[in-house]
Amino acid sequence: MQNKIFKAIYVTILAAVSNLAMASSQLPPKQIEWSFDGIFGYFDKTAIQRGFKVYKEVCQTCHSLKYTSYLDLKKIGFSKDEIKAIASESQVDAAPNEEEVVKKRPAEITDMFVPAYPNEQAARSANNGALPPDLSLIVKARPDGANYLYSILTGYSNHPHANVVIDPGMYYNPYFANQQIAMPPPLSQGLVTYDNNESPSIEQMSKDLVHFLHWTAEPEMEARKLMGIKVLLYLIAFTAIFYIAKKRIWKNVK
Amino acid sequence: MSGKMGKIVEWIDYRLPIFSFLKHLGEYRTPKNLSYMWSFGSIAGIALVIQIITGLFLAMHYSPNADKAFQSVEYIMRNVNYGWLIRYIHAVGASMFFVAVYAHIARGMYYGSYKSPREMVWFMGIFIFLLMMATAFMGYVLPWGQMSFWGATVITSLFSAIPVIGETIVQWLWGGFAVGDATLNRFFVLHYLFPFVIVAVVIIHIIALHIHGSNNPTGVEVKTKKDTVPFHPYYTIKDFVGFGAFFLIFAYFVFYQPNYLGHPDNYIEANPMVTPEHIVPEWYFLPFYAMLRAIPDKLGGVMTMLASILILFLLPWLDSSKVKSGRYRPVFKVCFWIFIGNVMLLGYIGGKPPEGIYVILGQFSTFYYFTHFLLILPLLGKYEKTLEIPKSISDDYAK
Ligand code: HEC
Ligand code: HEM
Repeated sequence: MQNKIFKAIYVTILAAVSNLAMASSQLPPKQIEWSFDGIFGYFDKTAIQRGFKVYKEVCQTCHSLKYTSYLDLKKIGFSKDEIKAIASESQVDAAPNEEEVVKKRPAEITDMFVPAYPNEQAARSANNGALPPDLSLIVKARPDGANYLYSILTGYSNHPHANVVIDPGMYYNPYFANQQIAMPPPLSQGLVTYDNNESPSIEQMSKDLVHFLHWTAEPEMEARKLMGIKVLLYLIAFTAIFYIAKKRIWKNVK
Repeated sequence: MSGKMGKIVEWIDYRLPIFSFLKHLGEYRTPKNLSYMWSFGSIAGIALVIQIITGLFLAMHYSPNADKAFQSVEYIMRNVNYGWLIRYIHAVGASMFFVAVYAHIARGMYYGSYKSPREMVWFMGIFIFLLMMATAFMGYVLPWGQMSFWGATVITSLFSAIPVIGETIVQWLWGGFAVGDATLNRFFVLHYLFPFVIVAVVIIHIIALHIHGSNNPTGVEVKTKKDTVPFHPYYTIKDFVGFGAFFLIFAYFVFYQPNYLGHPDNYIEANPMVTPEHIVPEWYFLPFYAMLRAIPDKLGGVMTMLASILILFLLPWLDSSKVKSGRYRPVFKVCFWIFIGNVMLLGYIGGKPPEGIYVILGQFSTFYYFTHFLLILPLLGKYEKTLEIPKSISDDYAK
């Protein structure tokens, strides 16, 4: 009887341990310090702008950004004319004309970012059946999202761990679930040209992309954290004053 | 009051005693020895008001339509003035509401507040708790993310465990053959309605409370006026200190960790074709979720989960000790903290996949949960040697 109980305990512990080992087959994200972390976190606008450039030139061919409009770019420092020029590079359906024919027109600043594919089927068939997800919220939609995104983008390697079998059409990336991802390595050294001195290394581009996609995920972050400081200070004063008042009022209760 | 005004007041009060009611509020007396643990009642009340107000503003922009719900929440977050603030207050507020209510319940359990003559207060409280759970569950479905959808699917499917009519009930809940547009619509309507039902039950809860007044840390009933102070200003001011501390924690989460208590998967739009790896409910449901999964049989699991809450109704009889307050019950005190620790352990297990050690641990913890109520409390009532209780509240306060 006792033996049986011990065996049961042993088996469950073993299961738990192997379970842990399985889970850790996907590496935990690399930890980077971001300007947007912490109570005083802020948007690094130049990094966001560079990130936008990489997104536009590289990621946009596969990934949509459907909750961001061209006009939003104003908030990261683009001028109206620049935004107009950026928007007009993409085509959208115009309103039907008198013969009910739908023609194309250049996108305007009030349009949302134009997706690469008209629908899910088109996106899948262009990507070996895999679906490139919308990136607007990706930083919020993954645990430790910013670090995760950075790790995915910089985590490709040609040398899979010995016991990982890479399926056809997949790429080894130890930071992704099951260590293999259907997205071909999107970045390579010098893929885009940066206006300033920043060198377009994979690490730098990835960081800039994280800044950009963090902004698309929570564009309110800076306003939120600023307001938070004021609210917390107010509440500290509020609590202290009421605490003192409470002490005074209760002084005579014996 | 005199003259014309007095006459009018008298006329109204004779027909509708609102002025007598205000007088009651002004004169209402409370034991003078209440600790800050007694703040959680009014804190829960304020949390309810905050949910209703922020919910109202969300509902002005939210669209309860399977194709639009997710998008409308993002619209609120991005394009409605201070929409992010309203939504984050509402989402974090639900968690804070549960924090307050759990503290409030634990306070009641430690000090024996459920005992005579406050059983009805306790029962109304359990009804509020059940309604809150239903409200929060349906609210979590509204943003129509992956966890919304799959959480709704898992929890509503539980009803299929009911013999014979189970399947029919589930389809009736769904308004179709799967969680979908019809489900979302009715959940929105009910999520809007239930908080007002909660308000009604809260009023009854407080009426019942005001009949015999608050319990207190000694568990000794009020004997003379000397044992009490007027609620106002003594406890209004003390409650405000509690509000301040509560709002500080609340604000920290709203402004700096607004998504910490949620699940990242809920920022992925609901997709009936893709099942998330682990479907986990909100943290405040985890202990009950653990008990649900502890029993290998579906019906058994559902019954166990239900029983874990309904057993609270029997608490006034299961705990037969003559001494109310845990302060004077040395063994009970220890058992109480073990019980709290066990509930937390259940919460931890509820968040883990039901595999390996967590299965056994979950079963053991569930077993212990019921043991506390069904075995330990009755035995303690019979055999525990309690300490001497003070003669009166004032006696204790003077020390
Ligand atoms: C050739 C098309 C293509 C390009 C270009 C591309 N991706 Fe992807 N991406 C994909 C596909 C396909 C997937 C789905 C992978 C999967 O599910 O295995 C994906 C997935 C992702 C994911 C989701 C990972 C997860 O956790 O699910 C992120 C983040 C991502 N891509 C970011 C980027 C960024 C940033 C760029 C630009 C540097 C980029 N992608 C460029 C095709 C592309
Ligand atoms: C007992 C009080 C309440 C509780 C516990 C509660 C809880 C919740 C929760 C947990 C969510 C999901 C939040 C998220 O993750 O986005 C939610 C969403 C929502 N609630 Fe409530 N709620 C309450 C009262 C109300 C009331 C009174 C209304 C309407 C007047 C309301 C309207 C909404 C709306 C429109 C949403 C969807 C928007 C969103 O998800 O942010 N709620 N609620």
